[in-house]
Amino acid sequence: MELFRIKKDIPFMSYGRLTTSISLITFVLAIFFLLHRGLNYGVDFTGGTVMEVHYPKAANIEQIRQVMDAVGLKDVTVQNFGSSQDVLIRLPVKKELSIAQLSEKISTALKGADAGAEVRRVESVGSQVGEELYENGALALLLVCAGIMGYLALRFEWRFAVAAIIANMHDVIIILGFFAFFQWEFNLTVLAAILAVLGYSVNESVVVFDRVRENFKKMRKATAVHVIDNAITRTMSRTIITHLMTQTMVCSMLFFGGETLHNFSLALTIGILFGIYSSVLVACPIAMWLGVNRANLIGDTEKKPKEDEAAVAP
Amino acid sequence: MNRYPIWKFVLIGTVFIIGLLYTIPNFFGESPAVQISPAKTSLKLDEGLLQKVESTLKLANIPFDGLFMDASGVKVRFANTDTQLLAKDKLVANLGKDYTVALNLVPQTPNWLQSIGAKPMYLGLDLRGGVHFLLQVDMKAALDKAAESTVGDFRMSLRKEKINYYGIERQGQVVVVKFESEAEATKARNLLAKDFSDLTYKISGSDKDFSLTASMSVMAQKRIQEFALKQNLQTLHNRINELGVAEPIVQQQGLDRIVVQLPGVQDTAKAKEILGRTATLEIRMVDEEKSDMATLQKAQTGQVPFGDELFADREGRPVLVKKNVVLTGDRITDAGPGVNGQNGASVVNVTLDGRGAGIFKNVTRENVGKRMAILLIEKGSTEVITAPVINEEIGGGRVQISGMTNAQEATDISLLLRAGALAAPMEIIEERTVGPSMGEENIRRGVHSTLWGFAAIAVMMIVYYLVFGGVSVMALGVNLLLLVAILSMLQATLTLPGLAAIALALGMAIDANVLINERIREELRNGNTPQASIHAGYDRAFDTILDSNVTTLIAGLALFMFGTGPIKGFAVVHVLGIMTSMFSAVLVSRALVNLLYGYRRKIEKLHIG
Repeated sequence: MELFRIKKDIPFMSYGRLTTSISLITFVLAIFFLLHRGLNYGVDFTGGTVMEVHYPKAANIEQIRQVMDAVGLKDVTVQNFGSSQDVLIRLPVKKELSIAQLSEKISTALKGADAGAEVRRVESVGSQVGEELYENGALALLLVCAGIMGYLALRFEWRFAVAAIIANMHDVIIILGFFAFFQWEFNLTVLAAILAVLGYSVNESVVVFDRVRENFKKMRKATAVHVIDNAITRTMSRTIITHLMTQTMVCSMLFFGGETLHNFSLALTIGILFGIYSSVLVACPIAMWLGVNRANLIGDTEKKPKEDEAAVAP
Repeated sequence: MNRYPIWKFVLIGTVFIIGLLYTIPNFFGESPAVQISPAKTSLKLDEGLLQKVESTLKLANIPFDGLFMDASGVKVRFANTDTQLLAKDKLVANLGKDYTVALNLVPQTPNWLQSIGAKPMYLGLDLRGGVHFLLQVDMKAALDKAAESTVGDFRMSLRKEKINYYGIERQGQVVVVKFESEAEATKARNLLAKDFSDLTYKISGSDKDFSLTASMSVMAQKRIQEFALKQNLQTLHNRINELGVAEPIVQQQGLDRIVVQLPGVQDTAKAKEILGRTATLEIRMVDEEKSDMATLQKAQTGQVPFGDELFADREGRPVLVKKNVVLTGDRITDAGPGVNGQNGASVVNVTLDGRGAGIFKNVTRENVGKRMAILLIEKGSTEVITAPVINEEIGGGRVQISGMTNAQEATDISLLLRAGALAAPMEIIEERTVGPSMGEENIRRGVHSTLWGFAAIAVMMIVYYLVFGGVSVMALGVNLLLLVAILSMLQATLTLPGLAAIALALGMAIDANVLINERIREELRNGNTPQASIHAGYDRAFDTILDSNVTTLIAGLALFMFGTGPIKGFAVVHVLGIMTSMFSAVLVSRALVNLLYGYRRKIEKLHIG
């Protein structure tokens, strides 16, 4: 079976303006939602307490709220979680109560109201821990970008490095935009997913860039546009099959992984879908506009800069 | 051209067999067990203990499946949890307080596998259930306390050399000594600088008011903080041993934090109480000159004499104690209950460290006939445990504290002394509790995600690439096997995000095989012979695979460096998964293809779809 038997090269680069404008629009929208709505940070980042309580029968949410009121805890959100028997209780950081006291107080109160209540998970994070996570998260992101750019600049060329990073940061921003738009909870595992996606979709760009370099060696007469179009067309089948496979695995996590892995898989899904698009249709035009050509890639210096521009113009 | 030399097949075979051996232990499950380990450092883990445990169980007629000793203690396996609990009670009764007896789960790995060090993967708290705490050490308090004890040291040195000063106090973390003349101040500085060389001194003032300020150097501060952290770690270790938890983790994190993980612990209230107990111990002198009835009564109405503090002893009687601290609990190296040889009363025997012994000797020599108060400071309230009269100079650092009402109290107090005081207060800044049922559910979720994902990929690959798809799936299977084997070997902590990383690693690793298969198809399309296509396909794809894996590796390493807890678990598996995929996707799949096609003379057609 072969799904993608494409005889002629698809002129991707001539759609360059269109594809980059689509990207630009989604990108701006993502930024807008990020600024306008902001991310719905989980307790990992904001600090606070989350408790997952399991009841033998369907839980009485109203009663749980009353219990919380009775022990004097304000700003408590109580909601069902997964099934009617499972309840998620969230509290912001309480200054007057230490973490140790807070969870004890709640579990005692809940067990007092309904002896069948079983606290299955408690996550309590102080505000200072959360603040550090921002820093570490940002640092990790920065380090990944610097590392990948460094490697690509070394292995290929700085133009590719810049193009790949722009394309992939664009993915990251779009994932964040989705999380802001739908107000999905942004927690540590989502951050891990985003960094994993960053590494993963750079793969895409690498595969295409690899082909571009190879083509420059082989197709000595062709223009940069042709070379890139050919590279994308030739690798397209692989790109789609690979992403299909990875997405299959991610879907499996989405269906079987439960709540903990839910947002993690969502972030990966968005990352993978936009990754296909951006690593090919954003990274390549950018690399082209930055002036990638045979000379700066393979190192033969016959060409002069002026001819580059002629070759590059779509 | 598509033939591997024998050594490559041998290498792949060997790796495969090793992988298989180290993966197997994960399928045997665990059985309930009891773990016995010495609670004191003075007690050794030896054959004697093993025999003692065995005879105890045989005497009580409790059947057990296995009995062995490893680095953490003697472990006994049981058929079910009922006998496990029964055995625990019996062992606790028989071995007494010198040993910790904890419930545990021991892998049912056969002996021959254990002998090569094959163990199941080490499950994190989110998979096995338990509590995780992150504690913040209050370093400012540690420095304050160090300055406070410097005040005492200064006082003693100055008095010994008969240098006149009219005031000494701690201002923040700086000690200020007041003198009437500059000469005295200089003399004092020279003396103190010799005895306490890690402080920086400065003399200021004029006329009849000179002050010598001593502040801690950055180095000294760092040392104090490091010491405080170490002391707290040790204290937590001791306290957790008291709890009887199998395989607890107490680790430093960063400069001023401690991670405590207690697998299997469900009673978080008890755990928190023990961790959060802020008992500190101080030895101070009773102010005998002012302990007349009139002053005591006045003190109770709030007029406490200068330099003294008023506390109550166990019977509620008021005791005036000097503010100056002679010794703190961190100078105590050991404590145990005992009996006084002469009158048969219960006592606590305390051993002090070298410096503590020296101070204690001086103080007792100078204060024969006076009372010495032992204070217990817990949750902000201070109690005088006992205030015995000093009968004679006590040297050698061995101290007997009398005044215990009974043997139980002597045991309690010595436990408190031995478990030690914290060098600095701590606060829980993060708590994560996972119930055991939740842990099991998380394992099920992770495993199901991986297996169903794997199955779906396998079907799709075989449908799309036929024989080559089958080869890719086999390579992916080897990848999974090796990843699990390495995780078992390293005993790296596996968390739910870690399980997700296994699934994701497989989903990403298939990329390499897709690349290769697509390349072979392309070569075939270009009119190459089947053999040449296979060769070129693998060769050309390798560069790309390497490049793309390196970028993924960079992301994984960054995650590992900046991640904590579950994220670190994710990163470890992610990085290892990339490495194993390089081996399996390139070497293993090539070996399989070579076996299938490499030795045929003529190939009509490659079954690649």
